[in-house]
Amino acid sequence: MQQADRQPKQELVNISRLIDENSLKEKLILLFTKWEVLLGILLVFEFILFSNLSPYFLDYFNLMNSTFNFMEKAIMALPMIYIIMSGDIDISIASIIALSSFAMGYAASMGMDVAGIILIGLAAGTLAGMFNGFFVTILKMPAIAVTLATQSLFRGVSQAVLGDQAYTEYPKSMAFLGQGYVGDTLIPFELVIFLFLAAVMGFILHKTRYGRKLYAIGSSREAARFAGINVSRIRFINFTLMGLFCGIAAVLLTSRIGSTRPNIALGWDMEVITLVVLGGVSISGGKGNLFGVIMAIFLLGYLKFGMGLINLSAKVMVITTGLLLVIAVLLPGFLDGVKARRKLKSQQMASTL
Amino acid sequence: MKNKLILVVMILSIVASGLIFAGGAQETAKEDENLRLVLLVKSLGNGFFEAVADGGQEAAKELGNVESIYQGPSASTAEGQIEIIETLIAQKVDGIAISANDRDALIPVTKKAMKAGIKIISFDSGISSGGRIIDLAPSDAELIGRQQIQLIAELTDYTGKVGVVSATSQATNQNEWISWMKEEIKKPEYSKMELVEVVYGDDASDKSYREAVGLMNKYPDLAGIISPTTIGILAAAKAIEDEGKKGQVQLTGLGLPSEMQQYIINGTCQQMALWNPVDLGYTSTYILKALVEGEVEGKPGDVIDCGRMGQVVVGEDGMSIMGTPFVFNAENIATYAAIF
Repeated sequence: MQQADRQPKQELVNISRLIDENSLKEKLILLFTKWEVLLGILLVFEFILFSNLSPYFLDYFNLMNSTFNFMEKAIMALPMIYIIMSGDIDISIASIIALSSFAMGYAASMGMDVAGIILIGLAAGTLAGMFNGFFVTILKMPAIAVTLATQSLFRGVSQAVLGDQAYTEYPKSMAFLGQGYVGDTLIPFELVIFLFLAAVMGFILHKTRYGRKLYAIGSSREAARFAGINVSRIRFINFTLMGLFCGIAAVLLTSRIGSTRPNIALGWDMEVITLVVLGGVSISGGKGNLFGVIMAIFLLGYLKFGMGLINLSAKVMVITTGLLLVIAVLLPGFLDGVKARRKLKSQQMASTL
Repeated sequence: MKNKLILVVMILSIVASGLIFAGGAQETAKEDENLRLVLLVKSLGNGFFEAVADGGQEAAKELGNVESIYQGPSASTAEGQIEIIETLIAQKVDGIAISANDRDALIPVTKKAMKAGIKIISFDSGISSGGRIIDLAPSDAELIGRQQIQLIAELTDYTGKVGVVSATSQATNQNEWISWMKEEIKKPEYSKMELVEVVYGDDASDKSYREAVGLMNKYPDLAGIISPTTIGILAAAKAIEDEGKKGQVQLTGLGLPSEMQQYIINGTCQQMALWNPVDLGYTSTYILKALVEGEVEGKPGDVIDCGRMGQVVVGEDGMSIMGTPFVFNAENIATYAAIF
């Protein structure tokens, strides 16, 4: 009786010990196969590397000031997460900046005040985003084709009117937005705007039903539709948001460089998409999170800055970014494989016992 | 939740590692006394700018206490140049010479750099006034025009009729240069020379070719052709060879070394001129050094000694001129043809 009682108890203890030990190991493996954690580790390595290579890297002013270089792109990356998450793409975003900046330049040349210029810039961006959204969701055309066309169209407007000319006459007080610091601190105003917008967009993505719907649409558009989600409306809102955020970025960029030329922000579309994909958002939709993208933004931003500090050629930077991107596309799949194998193995072990 | 906690720990460790490494790094910050002067070009991978970098190295070697740094974005954008200037401000370099992708967009960031004590000049493609101390132009109309006459005179032994194959009749540059040619040829040493006609090839190869042929037919005793445009000089060289007038009609002008190499080597065009990127990098580095060391402030009338390029005088609004264009001939053409 006593023996019989003890036997299963011991077994029970054994099993629980097995699971316990296993789950701790599992947790570590799970943690270190998480993409944003790997990016975080890379970021730490990057900081250690550059602070050893250059005496100017770990300097509070420099670390803050260098964010000027990538904050506009970072702001554009936020709604791009939504777009890519739901299985769409927008390659017209750099051209929306050109259009929005052009509209601001035109408004400034008409003698409008700062508030008016900013409103015009935001409105132009939003309208351009709605224009994309209209063709994608109402006329049901593929996002890549629509935005490829509007990529030429939006910038074309600016090119047709400006030619090789530029708008350079902006009110002096507008410079604060893109060049200013918060109060007496060394924190760039652009950085604060980005952090605020990131918090809002992160909250929507991870804490609201809208965010859950985005994941659902990205996983399977059909299934989401059958589940009663208004897929078209959400995709339309995504493109509109993209336009609005491009408008914000255009206001900041125009303020920062104090002029508008047709080739403004040329090539930024791919740089922003790079940030989002490197951040672990699956290009086929449905996977990823805001935290990974934020990691990617600072990883790439400070990578460029650090390489600039040690005067590495821009060619090396392009190659490095390319390599990181290849890894970003390949590694998550590999890690998922590892995770799946471990899970299978632990299930097998549990069942054999 | 736990994952996020670990990420927070990581970020803290970044800050901590910062404290650890900052101590070591700060000591090495000012170990070398060399002036760090940067040549920031429109984009990398362009032979013209690689030659600018060579000029910077040459000047650095002569000056001794200068380290010449060559930088440029991977694509020709103002945004790319702004990013680089931000890192240069962070590095506290001493001076930057810029060939700008945008004359206005760089102003806010170069102003920021100047506020941080960095001397900024522009060369080749200038920055608008207010965003730099000096803008170095490779040459000016008077120097170009006068030199063209000198070059053709050397080739024709100061005698005979000379015609000009220009670009379009409205081309501001060429018209200004030609008016200085007409001025120069009035000098007594050219008394046996005559500038007979200016024809316009509209910077199109076929029209320039026909106009050059027409010029030779109209003046059978034509001694020389000047073509102050890269397309015109190439077409004129071909016209002279096709008409069998090589050796009889001399040719000079402004031409690209890579395009004109064969004609310079076979003697159709024995010498021609153009600004030389090596000289631009060389002179820019000398000017930066003079500004950084406080020899000059860059005010109008200041004279800057620029080694083998002689003296550069700062003009109104910081506009400065490097000198007469560089002369290419059979001896040096091979080197430059590989560059641009």
